[in-house]
Amino acid sequence: MKLLLMLAFAHIRGRLRQMTVAGLGVALGVGFSIAMAALMQGSQQDFVRQLVDAMPHVEVLDELRRPAPQPAEQVFAAAEFFGLRPVDDQRGIRNPAAVEAALRTWVPGQIAPALRIQAVARFSGREAGVVLYGVLPRQEAQVSSIARDFVVGSFSELAAGGNNVIMGRALADKLGAALGSSVSLVTGSGQARDFRIVGLFHTGARSRDEGEVYVALKGAQTLSGRPNAINTIRIRLDDPARSQEVAARAEIQIGQKAVSWEEANQAVLEALTIRNVIMYTVVAAIMLVAGFGIFNIVSTITHEKARDIAILKSLGFPEADMRRLFLLEGLVIGAVGSLLGWITGYGLCLVLVSIPIKLEELGGATRLPLAWSLLHYVLATGFALMAAGIAGYLPARRAARLNPVDIIRGAT
Amino acid sequence: MTGLIETEHLTRTLPSVVPVTLVRDVTLRVAPGEFVALTGPSGSGKSSLLYLLGLLDQPTSGTVRIDGRDTRHMSEAERSGFRLQGIGFVFQFHFLLPEFTIRENVEIPMLRLGRLPPSAIRRRAEDLLAQLGLAGHLAKRPDQISGGQRQRVAVARALANDPPLILADEPTGSLDRKSSGQVFTILQSLSRAEGKTVIAVTHDLSLAALTDRQLELVDGALTTPG
Repeated sequence: MKLLLMLAFAHIRGRLRQMTVAGLGVALGVGFSIAMAALMQGSQQDFVRQLVDAMPHVEVLDELRRPAPQPAEQVFAAAEFFGLRPVDDQRGIRNPAAVEAALRTWVPGQIAPALRIQAVARFSGREAGVVLYGVLPRQEAQVSSIARDFVVGSFSELAAGGNNVIMGRALADKLGAALGSSVSLVTGSGQARDFRIVGLFHTGARSRDEGEVYVALKGAQTLSGRPNAINTIRIRLDDPARSQEVAARAEIQIGQKAVSWEEANQAVLEALTIRNVIMYTVVAAIMLVAGFGIFNIVSTITHEKARDIAILKSLGFPEADMRRLFLLEGLVIGAVGSLLGWITGYGLCLVLVSIPIKLEELGGATRLPLAWSLLHYVLATGFALMAAGIAGYLPARRAARLNPVDIIRGAT
Repeated sequence: MTGLIETEHLTRTLPSVVPVTLVRDVTLRVAPGEFVALTGPSGSGKSSLLYLLGLLDQPTSGTVRIDGRDTRHMSEAERSGFRLQGIGFVFQFHFLLPEFTIRENVEIPMLRLGRLPPSAIRRRAEDLLAQLGLAGHLAKRPDQISGGQRQRVAVARALANDPPLILADEPTGSLDRKSSGQVFTILQSLSRAEGKTVIAVTHDLSLAALTDRQLELVDGALTTPG
């Protein structure tokens, strides 16, 4: 191998300019791949972080994953039922205090029960459909990201007693209300009650800022006519990555549906996977283009060095050596190009991360989210070496098959 | 290996619309240590026969036996291994690798064989080049020495792995009279002093006269029994 390396470097030295161009092609390919991967993964991590941050990691609902069998189905082995009047399902989590206590014994995180109902908020002739959460303020503050997004007030304002409500600033603006305004909340069953605005939040997510209101749990229970009822238990885990495991265990233990944040956002996560597939396809395409450069130069060398191939074969170098020699030349370009690409990629990442971006929702300048990972460098190099290997192997195979007699005859 | 080389009804035909027979039914035997000249007019098949003897080409029919070993069924890798250890080629054109010094050119076959340590390879290359009068040119590249000197480097390279069989294809074809004489004298001494089997293609009859035996080819066939 040392001898083949010596021969390969001699060929490379003889074609240094073209080799440099081919190597720069690889370097740019690797560099841009690294930067793109860092940007894509960074934005994905940022997106998922915001997603995870904005919602409970696990939510226990007052639903069953499969509808409960009707009593008639349990008694009669009929193939089909007609005109069966199903038993009304009582909504809400049964024995909420016991369920919550059971979860607290093992769940690694914070737990907050809530009653979620659909309602309409009315103020001075304007109205808006909202999701009304009846919460326990102290516990809610531990599981909700809104606790960090208050413009005015906090969840503790709900604990002060009275009919108080917290809503998004956008919703208040939409209704024309302000802090201290008295807003009427009407449930689907027609029950209404006035609540005074004691807090405003701004998360940056329009659906939340315009669509969620928070009142004390008792207030919601009274408004909905369901005393002591809760229909969701929201869990914020110390480690969000364990959400599926916790959801599965909670569902088995409680018998009611428990949804992890991954399950709730399955479509989004799948879209991110597709985005990654697209990214790696683009990376492969970039490397393919770089591979053409290597193919071109190695082909040229094999053509130019036909005499050398003939003489080396006449000296006793087998075809396998010739294949290895030119494959090695392709790989050397790929390796040197990759090393330069690492520097290029790192430099590009530094440039990208230094660009300030002004986002109104976030209220100021921010930076592009970049993920710094050695894996990006390893993957880009892997792609580059694979492309270089293939690009080197094709002309190498052709060179190895050259008949030395034809070349010697042609040369003499 | 002793350098004994034998052929039986060796024929090489190039496949084409009108097949061209380069070597026709050649049967010969060259004893170890013998110096044989292959002569004949241009296109008579001398070089083609030499390439067949050196396992660079494969016959259409017939056999080549080296040291009694039939080479017909050897794989490409086996033939390469055989050439590396047992056969030294010298061509009309020197075919030295231009990127390397003449010492490195001589070292390459030894490095490929890997039988000697690097220091011994270097010493042997220097000794061979010194024997051929090139001691002062070790670090020069092929384009820095004369044509005759390059051909002597090619001889040194052919001798690098100490093969018992040397095949020379018009080694003096591109040299002047003086250099031609020097190269042929070297080949003669390899045969006489070192006992190597040498088969040289030439159509210079005065040089052929320096050999032990002359075999003439006409239209690919030997004119006299080999």
